[in-house]
Amino acid sequence: MSTLVLQLAYLYPDHMSIYGDRGNIIALAQRCAWRGIQLNVVSVGVGDRVDWSAFDLAFFGGGQDSGQALIADDFLHRQSAGLCRAIEDGLALLAICGGYQLLGHYFLTHTGERLPGVGVLDVHTVGGKKRLIGNIVIEAILDEEQPSVTRLVGFENHSGRTYHGPRARSLGRVLVGYGDNGEDGTGGTVYRNTIGCYLHGSLLPKNPQLADYMLRAALRRRYGSTAMLPALDDALELHAQRSMVERLLPR
Amino acid sequence: MSISAQRTATRHIRSWLSTCLGKAAITTSRRLHFGGGTTFPGTLARWIDPAVLGYVTATLPQGVVLLSGTNGKTTTARMLANLLQADQRHVLHNRAGANLMSGLTTTAIAATDYLGRPRAHIGLFETDEAALPQAISETQPRLVLIHNLFRDQLDRYGEVDTIASAWRTALNTLPSTAHVLLNADDPAVASLGHALTAQVWYYGVEDPRHASGAAAHIADSHFCWRCSTRYTYSLAFYAHIGHYHCPHCHYARPEPQVRLVRLDLLGTTGSRLFVTFPGGALEVQLALPGFYNAINALAATTAGLALDVPPPHIRTALEGVSAAFGRIERLQAGVDGAPMLIALIKNPVGASETVRMLVEAQPASRPDAPALHLLIAINDRYADGTDVSWLWDADFEPLHGRIAGVHVSGTRAADMAVRLKYAGVPPEWIVIEPDLPRALDAALAALPTGATLSILPTYTAMLELRADLARRGWVRPFWEE
Repeated sequence: MSTLVLQLAYLYPDHMSIYGDRGNIIALAQRCAWRGIQLNVVSVGVGDRVDWSAFDLAFFGGGQDSGQALIADDFLHRQSAGLCRAIEDGLALLAICGGYQLLGHYFLTHTGERLPGVGVLDVHTVGGKKRLIGNIVIEAILDEEQPSVTRLVGFENHSGRTYHGPRARSLGRVLVGYGDNGEDGTGGTVYRNTIGCYLHGSLLPKNPQLADYMLRAALRRRYGSTAMLPALDDALELHAQRSMVERLLPR
Repeated sequence: MSISAQRTATRHIRSWLSTCLGKAAITTSRRLHFGGGTTFPGTLARWIDPAVLGYVTATLPQGVVLLSGTNGKTTTARMLANLLQADQRHVLHNRAGANLMSGLTTTAIAATDYLGRPRAHIGLFETDEAALPQAISETQPRLVLIHNLFRDQLDRYGEVDTIASAWRTALNTLPSTAHVLLNADDPAVASLGHALTAQVWYYGVEDPRHASGAAAHIADSHFCWRCSTRYTYSLAFYAHIGHYHCPHCHYARPEPQVRLVRLDLLGTTGSRLFVTFPGGALEVQLALPGFYNAINALAATTAGLALDVPPPHIRTALEGVSAAFGRIERLQAGVDGAPMLIALIKNPVGASETVRMLVEAQPASRPDAPALHLLIAINDRYADGTDVSWLWDADFEPLHGRIAGVHVSGTRAADMAVRLKYAGVPPEWIVIEPDLPRALDAALAALPTGATLSILPTYTAMLELRADLARRGWVRPFWEE
């Protein structure tokens, strides 16, 4: 059997890599390596031309305000059309914080300025004064066909409040923390194989179920439904996940 | 008495009362063994008189020196204190590292007598990054040194840009009699020197042998402060520290006045520095290892020169500096006990540099004979930063193949275990023990004869470790140092 190969696009790592989001790339790369899958990570920077049909996975993190301002224009005008087609076509994309906001319809700053997003997720974001900071646990149903519940742990740090439109499906319900807006208990959005949320931490190393959910989607996109993802020994990862759930949600 | 004279008198009485009560709190706290009492007395004094710090420091004959930055403040401040003491000056210094306004105030009133007279010539305050603007406004310092600016505790401090802009505003208020000393190699810091009224001096590293290729991934400030273009580096030392220029607007690293022209690193034992400055040069044998201790010494030298310490005193004083507690400090586990090396890790850049130093100090070990024995203690208490995401920005990958055994401890032991696994350390070599004293016992028990245990704690884990080592009788409590 020939080696399985997946391609991951890392969007604007120079500007949009804050709060340890690099850990998500490390997690996907190692979880592929341990299974003998070759994962090629390609950085996408300002001005780069990208053939999105060649990618199976993508990561879009958060940045400082200055970083986000520098890339927003490039993202909207150069990448959004190709990226949205790939999302419709099943690209497994994880977008956190600033990346999540840019996938929504718009961001309304607290000075009243309306910054456009690509609108592939039915959400919009409103800037707030107080930052929402702290540990977060959300109860997620990753696979609609297999309604088993996964408690995802992370750390949120955002001033934007993201509100869901009627077509947005929630990734999960907030058990601890603020979530997307601190008001309605929504924690992240899922559309096809694209996930947007505010969970840093890093997210994927401590939530191997979500990492593998993304890898499964990527394999399906590249190799069809027959490609299997072998199980790994996730004792350490699940211990880290469980110890935070138990600390934050005393029984 | 006129109304204004009456007000002034009331002010003085209030400040004096505040000082006295603060002093009483310090004494009480130590008598009752509540601990060092390094911040509460200051909080109390500031509650009575919010202006008490300025009141006390205004009477210091040689004024106030503030030293800030993400990494290296404690060590650099200790070095500078040694320099000043070697020059026969009495220094008021927050040596225990309490560097918020409450800690500065506690230090100031502790060194003041009950009549409000300081028992020192000069004040030297290591100052928290976020507290620096307020400290500048309250103490009107004669000298401010800013060492570097890295990503650190984003949950508490906010973004790097926010800090830099608050610093810039505060530095702009300093008069032409004040000195501002800046690290030329850190673009975020060096750019602060632009258009200040105060006198600006730069220090920097000029030895190209310590460059490590491209600016690393944790570089926070690698975009030009004027035009946001990515800097081009002719030399990159670590993170965004190096020799940079902007290809678009041609802003470039300023020429430093004080230069580290040659640096020889001597493993985990020390280093040799050759420093030049206008009108002279200095050779120093430093008893502290690693590249960043050498830069700390360079910063302390620059401050010493700006404060007119004669160069021979700078040299003797630097050569006598030992590590601050937990800053690459060597200890023994009791008489004839195992050697331990303690290196505080608290943010990605510092942790990566510590890992690099540990790995480089090992003799080129064979893959079948890894030599490092580690105890890593990660807490997520307020003073550590409650967000442990930073573990994923730090480079633990060089440990791959170098670790013989590792114990992880602290409130986030499990997170650290995962981080090591993804850095390539086999999971079966990782032992999780959240309780720090028990983890230390286990790590020492597992240590082969002759091996050194390297302990990497976060800030509050270091304080816990210190307390535990004091209970074991292996060190003295920190406020007695």
